[in-house]
Amino acid sequence: MAAPAQSGIAIDVRSISKRFGALEAVDQVSFMVKSGEIFGLLGPNGAGKSTLIRMLTTLVPPTGGTATVAGHDIIHDPNAVRERIGVIPQNMTSDPELTCAENIGIHARLYGITGARRRERTAELLEAVGLSDRANAMASTLSGGMRRRLEIARGLVHDPQILFLDEPTTGLDPVSRVSVWEMVTHLRAQQGRTLLLTTHYMDEADRLCDRVAIVDKGHIVALDTPVALKASVPGASRIELQFDPDLPRGAADLEALPAVKSVRALGSATYRISSDRGPASAQELIDLARAHKLELKSLSVESTSLDDVFLHYTGHGLSEMAEADPQPQRGRA
Amino acid sequence: MKRALALVERDMRKFRRSPALLFASLVLPLVQLVILGNAFGGNIKNVMLGVVNLDHGPESVDVIERVRAVGANARTFLPVDYVDQGVAIGDLRKGELGAVLIIPQHYSRDLLEQHQPRLALITDNTDRSTAGAVDDQMTQLVASINAPQVASREPGQAALDVVEVYPYINYIKYLLPGSVALAIFVMSMIGGGLLFIDDKSRGLHEGYMVTPITKWELILGFNLSGSIKAFIAGETVLVLGAVVADIPNFFEPIRLIELTLMVILTSIALIGMMFFLMARINDPLVPRAIFGVLNTLLFFPSGAVYPIAGFPQWLRWMSAGDPFTYAVHGFRTLLLKDVGISAIGTDVFALALTSTVVLAGATLLFRRTL
Ligand SMILES: Nc1ncnc2c1ncn2[C@@H]1O[C@H](COP(=O)(O)OP(=O)(O)OP(=O)(O)O)[C@@H](O)[C@H]1O
Ligand SMILES: [Mg+2]
Repeated sequence: MAAPAQSGIAIDVRSISKRFGALEAVDQVSFMVKSGEIFGLLGPNGAGKSTLIRMLTTLVPPTGGTATVAGHDIIHDPNAVRERIGVIPQNMTSDPELTCAENIGIHARLYGITGARRRERTAELLEAVGLSDRANAMASTLSGGMRRRLEIARGLVHDPQILFLDEPTTGLDPVSRVSVWEMVTHLRAQQGRTLLLTTHYMDEADRLCDRVAIVDKGHIVALDTPVALKASVPGASRIELQFDPDLPRGAADLEALPAVKSVRALGSATYRISSDRGPASAQELIDLARAHKLELKSLSVESTSLDDVFLHYTGHGLSEMAEADPQPQRGRA
Repeated sequence: MKRALALVERDMRKFRRSPALLFASLVLPLVQLVILGNAFGGNIKNVMLGVVNLDHGPESVDVIERVRAVGANARTFLPVDYVDQGVAIGDLRKGELGAVLIIPQHYSRDLLEQHQPRLALITDNTDRSTAGAVDDQMTQLVASINAPQVASREPGQAALDVVEVYPYINYIKYLLPGSVALAIFVMSMIGGGLLFIDDKSRGLHEGYMVTPITKWELILGFNLSGSIKAFIAGETVLVLGAVVADIPNFFEPIRLIELTLMVILTSIALIGMMFFLMARINDPLVPRAIFGVLNTLLFFPSGAVYPIAGFPQWLRWMSAGDPFTYAVHGFRTLLLKDVGISAIGTDVFALALTSTVVLAGATLLFRRTL
């Protein structure tokens, strides 16, 4: 058996593809995830995130390429992979007609954990996800957030090295989202565990992930740390400001400034500026107002977000894309 | 193997918790047993028989007395006297009478003069069972009128005595083997096929398939838990049905063990068949759509409700290929004939063969991926 922990690479994806008829759902995707990393796949509906996860978790055979997960090839040694990974699929797969404890207990048995060890582990996990008081409640009676926490507990039953979470917070209210985020950060804090998660929330990727791959139409269009990704987008800081009275030459005065990339006059002495350097350009603008003895009625700086990154790399916004091209949702896509 | 037991545990926990599944699989077979068992094959009784006596002689009185005796004892028909032949036939057409017996003029005289008078029986032939029953009863009655003379005149004439090997079997006993097989079948459909497809479409299988459970363990787990449920349903209907149908010496241990083995074998065969049919199905509507047809295709040709000997040839071929046939035959042999395990060798072999074939087929078809 290979020793994945030593190599430092938890997941190594090599030109993996999945074709459904004429559709390349995942098209020759390659990337590596380091041990202990939280790695995010960020993309709109239908980008191919779930398909990618399903291939990496041995649920769907790739139509091209392969991957090594926890040191084992997903095609040639799927069982070794399955023993080392925990999976929390996009659609909840816990049994609504079983209690929380039973759901975890039966999953434990599927990993060969039985007897007293199984009981201990079940109690431990219910405690860890804050469901101890619901141990004997039917899974069908849980709220969405609780159900998701149950799924996470179930995926951890065999203490896997690598955890896959497909859209762990979709459909949750803000409070539940935060509790899942805390759980995810906590999971990584435990030694050496690697997390691969998908999301279509920018803030989630930004907040949780060490590195983010932006996925669009089956391709990875950018991959880096959130900070580096944001830095790579030129002129993405947006500044909106209003003078009183207006600048003598209007937009032309602003365009003359070195940090300013482009200017749009919005009327009534209001302008929107895009710039490479948000705070630095703000300083220049304040100086400009002072030089012309004008009052600055308002100034707001909006720094680069992953939204801008997404827009930059794909040519369309995340939400626009989802609206303009709604993927036909399959039963459990 | 251990992992397969996880699936069995899951099913048993759910099964215990929801009596609806067991109830559903018991209701149809038991209701059918009680209703059909009593509706069919019972002796026809209380048919209104119009009697028109145009003779009034002493011999006609003898006929009427014999008719009244049937009315009072076997109660196949209840005689009603009519004076006018036309009125009686009118009432027969209106459905108020089931048959009309006409004793012709000069019946007594003709009989005494050995002119072989003829009694007329007019029956409503839109209802063949009723007509047949009245016909049979009347034939016996006429035979009894003739009996002393026949015996004295032709002493050497042969007669056929029918001796039944087994005690009198009423229809409910005949139907019981089919009910047991039906209970196993209904559980195979609901607790086997339907549950399998619903679990698949609810994504539960996805949850199992990310674990190290092997394809073999999955197949074993699904079939084992299904067979246990089907067995429970079959055995329950067997015991309840045997009590309802009043099977003699049912609780004799050896026979009970043989019957139980048959229930187990039938459960494995039918669950295996269901799993084979559903291995590649994803749409939850499919099992719902095909179960009615499947029920008709398997249950009725099996000889569960009507003897296979009465089928046209093509239907007999269907029976021969229907695993239900062997289940029904096996149960019937054990329940009604009490002849031991050797008499059901063919049935056991056919069910074992079915199980092997369907499970092999299911294993080939089943995919451990989405
Ligand atoms: N089994 C399948 N058969 C045919 N097409 C499929 C199948 N599974 C996925 N697809 C298609 O592949 C594409 C990628 O789907 P996938 O579920 O991977 O997207 P996703 O990024 O997870 O989207 P979402 O955010 O909605 O979950 C979609 O166009 C989808 O319709
Ligand atoms: Mg998805």
